[in-house]
Amino acid sequence: MTPATQPSILARFRLGYAGFALHVDLSLPGRGVTALYGPSGSGKTTLLRCIAGLERSPDAHLQVNGEVWQDGARFLPTHRRPLGYVFQEASLFPHLDVRRNLEYGMRRVPARERRVSLEQAIELLGIGHLLARRPDRLSGGERQRVGIARALAVSPRLLLMDEPLAALDLARRQEILPYLERLHDELEIPVLYVSHAPDEVTRLADHLVVLEAGRVVAAGALGDTLARLDLPIRLGEDAGVVLEACVLEQDPVWGLARVAFTGGSLWVRDAGHALGQAVRVRILARDVSLTLTRHEGTSILNILPARLEDMAEDGHPAQVLARLSVAGSPLLARLTRRSVHALGLHAGMPVHAQIKAVALIG
Amino acid sequence: MELSAADLAAIRLTLELASITTLLLLVLGTPLAWWLARTRSRWKGPVAAVVALPLVLPPTVIGFYLLVSLGPNGYGGQLTQALGLGLLPFTFAGLVVASIIYSLPFVVQPLQNAFAALGDRPLEVAATLRASPLDTFFTVILPLARPGYLTATVLGFAHTVGEFGVVLMIGGNIPGQTRVVSVQIYDHVEAMEYAQAHGLALSMVVFSFLVLWALYHFNPQGGRRG
Repeated sequence: MTPATQPSILARFRLGYAGFALHVDLSLPGRGVTALYGPSGSGKTTLLRCIAGLERSPDAHLQVNGEVWQDGARFLPTHRRPLGYVFQEASLFPHLDVRRNLEYGMRRVPARERRVSLEQAIELLGIGHLLARRPDRLSGGERQRVGIARALAVSPRLLLMDEPLAALDLARRQEILPYLERLHDELEIPVLYVSHAPDEVTRLADHLVVLEAGRVVAAGALGDTLARLDLPIRLGEDAGVVLEACVLEQDPVWGLARVAFTGGSLWVRDAGHALGQAVRVRILARDVSLTLTRHEGTSILNILPARLEDMAEDGHPAQVLARLSVAGSPLLARLTRRSVHALGLHAGMPVHAQIKAVALIG
Repeated sequence: MELSAADLAAIRLTLELASITTLLLLVLGTPLAWWLARTRSRWKGPVAAVVALPLVLPPTVIGFYLLVSLGPNGYGGQLTQALGLGLLPFTFAGLVVASIIYSLPFVVQPLQNAFAALGDRPLEVAATLRASPLDTFFTVILPLARPGYLTATVLGFAHTVGEFGVVLMIGGNIPGQTRVVSVQIYDHVEAMEYAQAHGLALSMVVFSFLVLWALYHFNPQGGRRG
């Protein structure tokens, strides 16, 4: 499909409170997971609430896959919008058991519009054993899984998730992330995912929108947007890139696997993925160092020939962030200003990128 | 101690009055309490004050103004006459109208508190699950506000049973029509029939105790939330 006919979400909102203004004009892909990323107070939740119709923006235009939800005086109330919403706290109805919570929304959707069955939602989130329980008898992670299943059971044409993992501890987040990945892989529902956690974004998102003080500062495909030099300052220690790759070979003797991406390949710890399986790897800028010649006698497994494309200031005056191209694929490297000077680094220079750590995600 | 036929008639009339009043108050009080709990209008303060007035005014004051306004020369009286309802003072219907005003805060305030305690979230969740506002009210708000409704029902009923001053002003003392228990007790005392007064009065004490006990038993914290 050409970009013009591809289903998409057009969202323009202007909204002001005392001390805060949201002013966005976005065109988002109508498929995959789009992360709305930004610090707290950046307006990402307000934007999500505007899209859901929970917040009323007087000057707005909202169109989802060809359907106008809001435009001028036209305002489709929330209960008429075919969306699913997952709140930060699961917000299950305390007077209903899990099954009736799940059925609440589903029953209000005409049968011919149901595309996700109750069984499918229950199975996807692994909550079959919880159906007879009351919400106050569930753990935080279980509650959130029920909340997600409840939103899916209305067969939404757009799934809105407002930091669904933020209220959970690390163990509970690890419990839920695989379920979210399954949603991404198995359902065709476009998702808007609000988060301020870089690890969730890099793991789940295909598309990234960065918000700051109510404005969009960057929007685009995840890999491209993460590799921009003007954003990593906001990501701080989490600055880095995500590459789409696939498993090429396994080395059972050393427990390693080689994954190939456009432009090269990397050795990673074998996480049991099958040959040919698509994976994502994340390489943080702080784990990449540069040499002018290829070093021998190093413990580093992954050394890739690259071209230095550009450099920019980083958070601290001692640091510089460099963008590299590995035969077209982007890498970020965090260097000291002193090293840049000592090695005489400049844009266009061929270098070797030594990658100390590669995280396999998803 | 034995209750006479007149005593029993007074008890039946009282229960009838309290039941009808409570039922009407729950129906009328719900939208009023909802509005008070959710509005940001500048009229909220004045309206809340008017609703609370019966808490502080002597019942005779309420009764007096009701008598005047519902009488043949009052606006209320002219309205009821124009509607073909006749005049309300010294009738059972008049007692119901007076009781509704007199017991209003005892129903509206618990409901208002229950609605306010729910917050916006359950409404938003229901909306994202395709429930219209009315649907949300019956399937989410009502069940979640159940403790508030229980409190409102019990307080509204009990307070209506216990009224005296308003009844005397607007209802008078007509057997079978406006002579409720509290008035009957007063009559007994006036006639020096202390034994009969005692029988009825003790029934009132026991009744009130049981009602309040039931209230605290079913509703220990005055509103549980999950």
